[in-house]
Amino acid sequence: MSSDAADGETETTATDPVEHVSGTGIAVRGDDIDTDQILPARFLKVLTFEGLGEFAFFDQRFEEVETDHGTEEVETDHPFNDPEHRRASVLVVNSNFGCGSSREHAPQALQRWGIDAVVGESFAEIFAGNCLALGVPTVTMDGEAIEALQSFVEANPDADVAVDVAAETVAYDGRRVEADVDDTQHHALVNGQWDTTAQLAAVPERIAETANSLPYLDAS
Amino acid sequence: MSQHTLYDDVWERHRVRTLPSGQDQLFVGLHLVHEVTSPQAFGMLEERGLEVARPDLTHATADHIVPTDDRSRPYGDDAAESMMSELERNVGDSAIAFDHPDTGRQGIVHVVGPEQGLTQPGMTVVCGDSHTATHGAFGALAFGIGTSQIRDVLATQTIAMEKKRVRRIEVTGELDEGVTAKDVILTIIRELGTDGGVGYVYEYGGPVVEAMDMEGRMTVCNMSIEGGARAGYVNPDETTDAWLRETDAFRDDPERFEELREYWESIRSGPDAEYDDVVTIDGSAIEPAVTWGTTPGQSVGVTDPVPDPDSLPEGQRDVARRAQAHTGVTPGESMQGYPVDVAFLGSCTNARLADLRDAARVVRGRAVHGDVRALVVPGSQRVAANAEAEGLDDVFRDAGFEWRAPGCSMCLGMNDDQLVGDEVCASSSNRNFVGRQGSKEGRTLLMSPRMVAAAAVTGEVTDVRELSLVGTDTDDPAEVTR
Ligand code: SF4
Repeated sequence: MSSDAADGETETTATDPVEHVSGTGIAVRGDDIDTDQILPARFLKVLTFEGLGEFAFFDQRFEEVETDHGTEEVETDHPFNDPEHRRASVLVVNSNFGCGSSREHAPQALQRWGIDAVVGESFAEIFAGNCLALGVPTVTMDGEAIEALQSFVEANPDADVAVDVAAETVAYDGRRVEADVDDTQHHALVNGQWDTTAQLAAVPERIAETANSLPYLDAS
Repeated sequence: MSQHTLYDDVWERHRVRTLPSGQDQLFVGLHLVHEVTSPQAFGMLEERGLEVARPDLTHATADHIVPTDDRSRPYGDDAAESMMSELERNVGDSAIAFDHPDTGRQGIVHVVGPEQGLTQPGMTVVCGDSHTATHGAFGALAFGIGTSQIRDVLATQTIAMEKKRVRRIEVTGELDEGVTAKDVILTIIRELGTDGGVGYVYEYGGPVVEAMDMEGRMTVCNMSIEGGARAGYVNPDETTDAWLRETDAFRDDPERFEELREYWESIRSGPDAEYDDVVTIDGSAIEPAVTWGTTPGQSVGVTDPVPDPDSLPEGQRDVARRAQAHTGVTPGESMQGYPVDVAFLGSCTNARLADLRDAARVVRGRAVHGDVRALVVPGSQRVAANAEAEGLDDVFRDAGFEWRAPGCSMCLGMNDDQLVGDEVCASSSNRNFVGRQGSKEGRTLLMSPRMVAAAAVTGEVTDVRELSLVGTDTDDPAEVTR
């Protein structure tokens, strides 16, 4: 760790670069899918993130039905229940995905379920930031391109979807589609600087300088 | 890019440097901590052998999982007990100030910060909670962050962040009688969309916002995130000063107050401020709002018809259809008369003293409808104590409300306060997402505290303007101790 790196200087790589993510795809359709849907609040009563994967989209995946023996929890046809998609690692979503609560438990649950990249029309900002902190790219494409990719992965659960973070493309079905990776995210992922703690801690003198210049911190 | 706004100025003052990624490293003036999003961050810190850099700038409370009825320890719910014990251990190890329920200061994180004067103009405030924008009401830059970022802040008191654009939202005119800050923000979100604020922070201003008390400004800023904005703020003014003067931070230190006031004035967006976007909302046209769907953007004025999904812009139709299937509302009809099973007066949006006083004006001398379960969950122990000092607890109890201990409660149903089955809840909280209040068939109607009170006594969505109010909001207030 350098003691006082200048602006723009490249510093110690704290984490592995994330340049490509590929694997089979899974589509979860719908705009405004909030983090309460991705991981309901009752699963937040935990002290670690371990084991959250099995609760991803829990309330969408199970419903209660009346049977002869009383009410029973049965699986819905949510894609996360589909055995054909169980090994998917690229999640394809629509607009404003991850809105609502800032819970990092939501991307943690997706990652622990097996998702390594999310491709969508747009993402809520805190959600995208939380994904970045885990090294999970949130890549955007326009609405039509998303719909096409969703239809493809639904019809081809075994086909590979290759997200090239560095080149900002998504390749599938013999095609390569232009995508967009936010500049900050691009830099952080490609350079393996998505875990920021070491980077931030590298300049203690400058942090102290800033603190000392703040009127509300002196003499208190 | 914006220039000379409060956002630009405060950002610049807290900027440690620009990182190679293009993000800025920002110093954090106040880090608020609660029991749900912090344990993993403290855990990561421990794993890396790091210590809390500035416990003096870190402040904790417990709100999400605390019971609001029987609070004897250990808590009845093991998971809640273990989260509380973990927080006690973490703050104890690091010497972080903690508003434990035994202190009389415990409450929802976005209520306790402002009421103790921890939140001040020109500060950067972060918390592992998306409603941190609430603190922007004081002219602070306040951001909700994730757990990995909490780790960053604990370890370095700084955070990596991208600068956003600034949209000024100018609310003109004057609010009608019966229209509140909650109706203003629900209307803003309806007009600009739940993702309209993505890439922006919102600066709220104009005559309507200037005329609001601090509680109202907090209500507006609180729901910035529901409009997609990363933060929201109001420039500090005399109303802000008057609030702060009475807080723990300054009550006994008028000199310090005067010193800082100069700073607070210096950071206001000046006449030369340039914004990336300016939106004007006609405040005089705002009606008491109520949501009909499952996003905070799906609201209507209480006398207006619920929209037909086919009449909405194409991108919103499917979401609207699904929402209406969930809530069971009828397009073309107004929300008036929609039956309500539960009335929840609480949450960081609307559980401050002014909110409770406002709702009490409707409740006084009336009784909760026989089919309604109604509860008041004050935002903090101090709010509760102040409300009790002026007899508001009796007003609510006499009418048939339960008067509970402070916490997040039914806002997100992490304790026992939850909807059951497909109950309909008139709620003063901020989110009507499916499952938010603890039952996935449950239905949440967001509205102002006054409208919640009206629904509680009539058993259905009611235009509060049709009910006479008893007392004024400045009636018989006992002296308030913050
Ligand atoms: S009251 Fe509701 S919105 Fe506010 S902090 Fe608690 S859970 Fe979050």
